[in-house]
Amino acid sequence: MSNDTHNQPKHGYYTGDIHNQFVEEHYDPKSKKIIWRTFWILLIATIVEVAIAFVPMNKELLQWIFVALTIFKSAYIVGVFMHLGKEEKSLQYSILLPFILIVYLIALCLIEGIYLHKIG
Amino acid sequence: MSTTTEVKPKSMWSGGFSPFNISWGKMFMWFFLVSDAFTFSSLLVAYGTMRHRFTDIWPAPGDVFTHFPFIHGHVPLAYVGLMTFILIMSSVTMVLAVDAGHQRNNKSVAMWLGLTIIGGFIFLGSQAWEWYHFIKGSKEGTYVLADGRFARTDDYEPGKLFLWHNHQKTVIEGAEAEKLKASAVKNIKGANLIENEYGNTPLFANFFFFITGFHGFHVFSGVVINIIIFFNVLGGVYQRRGHYEQVEKVGLYWHFVDLVWVFVFTFFYLV
Repeated sequence: MSNDTHNQPKHGYYTGDIHNQFVEEHYDPKSKKIIWRTFWILLIATIVEVAIAFVPMNKELLQWIFVALTIFKSAYIVGVFMHLGKEEKSLQYSILLPFILIVYLIALCLIEGIYLHKIG
Repeated sequence: MSTTTEVKPKSMWSGGFSPFNISWGKMFMWFFLVSDAFTFSSLLVAYGTMRHRFTDIWPAPGDVFTHFPFIHGHVPLAYVGLMTFILIMSSVTMVLAVDAGHQRNNKSVAMWLGLTIIGGFIFLGSQAWEWYHFIKGSKEGTYVLADGRFARTDDYEPGKLFLWHNHQKTVIEGAEAEKLKASAVKNIKGANLIENEYGNTPLFANFFFFITGFHGFHVFSGVVINIIIFFNVLGGVYQRRGHYEQVEKVGLYWHFVDLVWVFVFTFFYLV
């Protein structure tokens, strides 16, 4: 474990485990601009969601718009705020691929729910 | 420091090197969050299943969550929209704290982390307020008719009864409403785990308590962890260590809490 401030480089640190590998931080001189731009995107997407809830339109279409906006918002939160967009490809895939199982679960359970409603 | 590896080996997976190029603490936080996301997904999928199962008696959320502080009348969805804004805002202050950590600016990290904690408390307070109104319900409550239908009342439209079926409402007023009230077998006010005035199924309130409660508990634990890290920052722990990886880790957790709320907001309040 390194406790010596002088040896720590500016945009990264040594992990301190057995490899004591140097890990780069996702430092970006324009980071503040990117953060606030993401904030406005998230805010506008939320306002749009609340606003279109009152627009009379096809209910199914409305629900798909909600789902699309939710995935859009979560992509910004995970990709920019949680820095997943700048991690190694291998880490990105090991985090995101398991969610295929959730898509499968959604399909199974919603089909079951609709069927249960049909048979009363 | 002389033993550090800075040159990547031929294969990332040949050992002696973290192939994810990330500290082990952050990697485990990521995989914990994946498992936590599975738990939340299961809760929301269960909600969706039961909502489809009981679609004709399920209450419309825009008709249930209509309160707003200091406003007399119905303001559907505005309050949860505000709660979403508060959580997104506290996510922004958290990412600014992480950014200040990258610049090794201890004071700035403390300030942004402090603001994140305040945002967390505001969100928890908002949730408590919402639970209070959900549990208390309306003044007159709902009359359960002999055939099992629910006749809801409205605080702002006294004397009227509202019969809901398949998200279509029938309004009954005057003498007929009085007759229905007199013939009602039961009057339900507010909500608990057994019955609620909003719809003819206890599941609606049960899912509300479970999903928003589970999320609220995550926010609460996030605030507690943030406070611990905040005092570490004030004490200069990370300044001495030379990096703010710990702030990044709690940041990941905090953003995840925000992420879950984005999904709860859509699938519980909007759809």
